[in-house]
Amino acid sequence: MPELRDLYQEVILEHSKAPRNYKEPAGSNHKAEGYNPLCGDRFTVYLEMDGDTIRDIGFQGAGCAISKASASMMTQSVKGKTKAQAQHIFEQFHDLVTGHSHQHEADLGKLAVFSGVSEFPVRVKCATLAWHTLQAALEGKQDKISTE
Amino acid sequence: MSAATAVPIRKTTSAYDVEKIRTDFPILQRKVHGHELVYLDNAATSQKPQSVIDAIIRYYEGENANIHRGVHYLSQIATEEFEAGRSTVQRFMNAPDASEIIFTRGTTEAINLVAQTYGRAHLGAGDEVLITAMEHHSNIVPWQMLCEEKGARLRVVPMNDAGELLLDEYEKLLGPRTRIVGLAHVSNALGTINPVKRMIPAAHARGIPVLVDGAQAAPHLAIDVQDLDCDFYALSGHKMYGPTGIGVLYGKAALLDAMPPYQGGGDMISSVTFEKTTYNKVPHKFEAGTPDMAGVAGLKAAIEYMNSVDVAEIAAHEHDLLEYATEVIGSLPGVRLIGTAREKASVLSFVLEDVHPHDIGTILDQEGVAVRTGHHCAQPVMERFCIPATVRASFAMYNTREEVDALARALRKVREVFA
Repeated sequence: MPELRDLYQEVILEHSKAPRNYKEPAGSNHKAEGYNPLCGDRFTVYLEMDGDTIRDIGFQGAGCAISKASASMMTQSVKGKTKAQAQHIFEQFHDLVTGHSHQHEADLGKLAVFSGVSEFPVRVKCATLAWHTLQAALEGKQDKISTE
Repeated sequence: MSAATAVPIRKTTSAYDVEKIRTDFPILQRKVHGHELVYLDNAATSQKPQSVIDAIIRYYEGENANIHRGVHYLSQIATEEFEAGRSTVQRFMNAPDASEIIFTRGTTEAINLVAQTYGRAHLGAGDEVLITAMEHHSNIVPWQMLCEEKGARLRVVPMNDAGELLLDEYEKLLGPRTRIVGLAHVSNALGTINPVKRMIPAAHARGIPVLVDGAQAAPHLAIDVQDLDCDFYALSGHKMYGPTGIGVLYGKAALLDAMPPYQGGGDMISSVTFEKTTYNKVPHKFEAGTPDMAGVAGLKAAIEYMNSVDVAEIAAHEHDLLEYATEVIGSLPGVRLIGTAREKASVLSFVLEDVHPHDIGTILDQEGVAVRTGHHCAQPVMERFCIPATVRASFAMYNTREEVDALARALRKVREVFA
């Protein structure tokens, strides 16, 4: 039986209450908006790209604890990374929260706290919304992305 | 003393035996995540009594044949059962005639039927369709699609902060270009019971027909289409203890007769040549193709079940539960009720300070409590109250005060997790 504490870990609750990089960076030159029509979660991810490198990142919006904490911790994990590195982290993170593979748990560092999401399949979209939005911002897509 | 026990226990009605009713619904015996199931998502769909499940099985085991065409024995039996179902619905809604009862897949299809037949025939560029701020998407989008096609305008009756329609505004919005009014009898997101009986004459005074979306009303209120004098009334079987995939459109005979058909196919015709087709009479004109015969058998059983308990008794029991829940849940710290109309059916929508409804839903589920979280297919309602979503507990005839207490306990657990 899935345990609530596996999903709502302290780190997640703490990030949801005090999200990091909750701002539009001054030098922001890319952005994308993500929306989950099922629960109404809505985030904008801002990037300051320096060539292929994410020099700064921020986000704003509203959503559940899982989606907000995921967005917050995502910004910390990809800041200073290249586009390819960020994509790679997302792939590993996606495998983790969908329960596809836990083999990269160690590589994911702090993001491993989201491993409990795999026991709650309806919450996978919450954990990945910000990441999908980041991907859209990296690819320079103008359209609002949606989980549906 | 807990909030749950702070409210004096008041017996609903002496005859109402909720424990007996619960034994009629097999799914209520099951457990979820190791807990007794507390099913409070009835506004989404209700559970089904054994008699409804049995009626569907009985149909397939002993009566199945296509209707309205075979001369063989089973076809006659199936046709009789199907038309008996129509008569049962007619009496349930107090429609003057069984031919005014059209079977659809549900409320959504019933509204689309009216939009695509009556609506298309009567709406032109610059005309208006009037709906309200608390409609379900199914009473918004079909009209929006039609308005787009015709260059017509969708207008919306506003509501106050309690979730009650502003009737003065409604009267002002009824104009010379208004061609039809679409109106929820009971709001699915707020629980508001709209004063449709008072609103319909104002439209009729200007010669405007009124469609009532009764999806949320049919399980809770006695429906009398003659008393309401509505022109169309739509409902869904699955929200009133019947099966999914079957619903009803009631329409006044004169309107139905004059309306063009909805879909073309078998059963809706009198004669077909490659040059010309003569359409069948109502209601068959609107029932193209083989209908959901098992669904009608199930719906008939659902109405018989509701009648066996007594619709007024069900309403009284649910009203008691709503009052109790409003008191118990409404007094929990950080709870804000969304929808506080004076007249309400058994829907309790709320938000909890600092905790997103989606997180609440997951934690409640772990306690075996099933509620709906989200926008309830009424995004404009959420926008009106400046919230992304709500938690919605909705009650049916088989729910108990103990289940309201279980909801309150589970909400305290949410507080613990997010402390």
